[in-house]
Amino acid sequence: MSVDKKTVAKIAKLARIRVDEAQQEALSGELNQILGWVEQLSELDTSGVEPMTSVVEMTQPLREDVVNDGGYVDRVTKNAPESAHGFYAVPKVVE
Amino acid sequence: MSYRIKGNTGEWEVVIGLEVHAQVISNSKLFSGAATAFGAEPNHQVSLVDAAMPGMLPVLNKEVVAQGVRTGLGLRAKINMKSVFERKNYFYADLPQGYQISQFLEPIVGEGIITLDLDGGETRDVGIERMHLEQDAGKSIHDQHPTQSYIDLNRSGVALMEIVSRPDLRSPEEAGAYLRKLRSILRYLGTCDGNMDEGSMRADVNVSVRKPGEELGTRTETKNVNSIRFVQQSIEFEAKRQIKLIEDGEKIVQETRLFDPSTGTTRSMRSKEEAHDYRYFPDPDLLPLVLDPAWVEEIKKTIPELPDEKKARFIKDFGLSAYDAGILVADRDRAAFYEAVAEGRDAKLAANWVMGDYFGALNKSGLSLDASPVTAQQLGGLIGLISDDTISGRTAKEVFEAMWESGKDADVIVEEKGLKQISDTSAIEAAIDEIIANNPGQVEGYKGGNERLIGWFVGQTMKATGGKANPGMVNALLKKKLAE
Repeated sequence: MSVDKKTVAKIAKLARIRVDEAQQEALSGELNQILGWVEQLSELDTSGVEPMTSVVEMTQPLREDVVNDGGYVDRVTKNAPESAHGFYAVPKVVE
Repeated sequence: MSYRIKGNTGEWEVVIGLEVHAQVISNSKLFSGAATAFGAEPNHQVSLVDAAMPGMLPVLNKEVVAQGVRTGLGLRAKINMKSVFERKNYFYADLPQGYQISQFLEPIVGEGIITLDLDGGETRDVGIERMHLEQDAGKSIHDQHPTQSYIDLNRSGVALMEIVSRPDLRSPEEAGAYLRKLRSILRYLGTCDGNMDEGSMRADVNVSVRKPGEELGTRTETKNVNSIRFVQQSIEFEAKRQIKLIEDGEKIVQETRLFDPSTGTTRSMRSKEEAHDYRYFPDPDLLPLVLDPAWVEEIKKTIPELPDEKKARFIKDFGLSAYDAGILVADRDRAAFYEAVAEGRDAKLAANWVMGDYFGALNKSGLSLDASPVTAQQLGGLIGLISDDTISGRTAKEVFEAMWESGKDADVIVEEKGLKQISDTSAIEAAIDEIIANNPGQVEGYKGGNERLIGWFVGQTMKATGGKANPGMVNALLKKKLAE
């Protein structure tokens, strides 16, 4: 698998990161190197080996269903560039 | 009796699959301790986790997991003892994380079945493909400011179940039956309140068309339809639109569409097209969810009797028709009410009264069951009076109206108004003798072969007894006397 300039541009757009035309070439080279390394890893036979999800053996901790957070609209909207009537106010997004 | 749409080139079959998003009943959100109640002030039920502040970590809500398991059991589905939360990546103003935490390759619930109750008491099984847990997004309000949208994150992070059907539905009616049955099961289980007008249940509607027997056509997906009627309208519109396109020699584009309730039409949501590349990957903040089999067993024990089982029991124990039983069990409270009325009474008569006069009166007065002026015991009392011939069915309607007005017991009203049915043979006979003596013309007509005159005699007798004579006895006595 190899990544060309067009793919780099698409990934950048999906991630909302601006990548200039000039950078795209260099990035595709870097990404190809990473993918090459991953391909090298896949030479190893891992059939029958469970994917490792954590370095320590543990399961998903669960929380009791109690309300103990929220109720601080000012803190929530404090860092917003703009807010109004308790809402975040953003440039209009309509279909 | 299959649903077909006539096109210029013949008949078309419609293939429908539904993805239902059902809000999980829980106090707090899927991954945070903020409240989930409907109707709060904007952004008052938002934690820093829900607002996706840097460094905040999700912690899974145990009750939501239990609700997911309950729902899976209620859908007769496979519970996956291991499931994985993944990130579904896209950008939108009401999605502060830039991704929705959802389940993709390994959902908590696998294949199951929903049995549809169709008209005439028929049933049909529809496959469930899967059910997974995921976060809801926030709400965007576009009509409060000329150049801005307002974002409320109260809903952000609330737990949803996405229940995906197989493309087994074939008509708008079946889609409606599916949604009603699913809603009924979720309400029985107590896992979702099913209030579509509050957005607790919404459907994405997948529709394609084909000539019967042919391969599946290309489908479109109409997003976020929030009532059963709208789901049905969108299917009708979408099927006709697709048939016309194909017959005009064009191709169906697989795309996301939006339903407009004011016109009953759908339109393309072009802006969403590019966002379809969701780049799912396991959420590194969340370990795989592994269920303890003993815990699942414990949950299994708490599953109540569900509509299908209750329906089978009503048919068997009460001798009801499949159709009547299906109506009575659709709502858990109403089913319990019926059972209380039928307890120790004529069960079929009780079913007729509950579904007819009683629910009719409830609907007319706009009352809920628990605010009704007539209790199950009181209605049972009225039915008892009909069964033991104290009053006729016709008088019972009058008594019922009085009960609804006053909240009094049936026997009290019968006593007060003197409505007790006359079952005394001699009293009825006396009335009949007088009528026969005073109307020789009619008697002659009847004896001459005009048997329909019996109705006139019955009417006269009822009139003479103030409507209180036992109609069965009147009939029998009249026939006997007129034959003399």
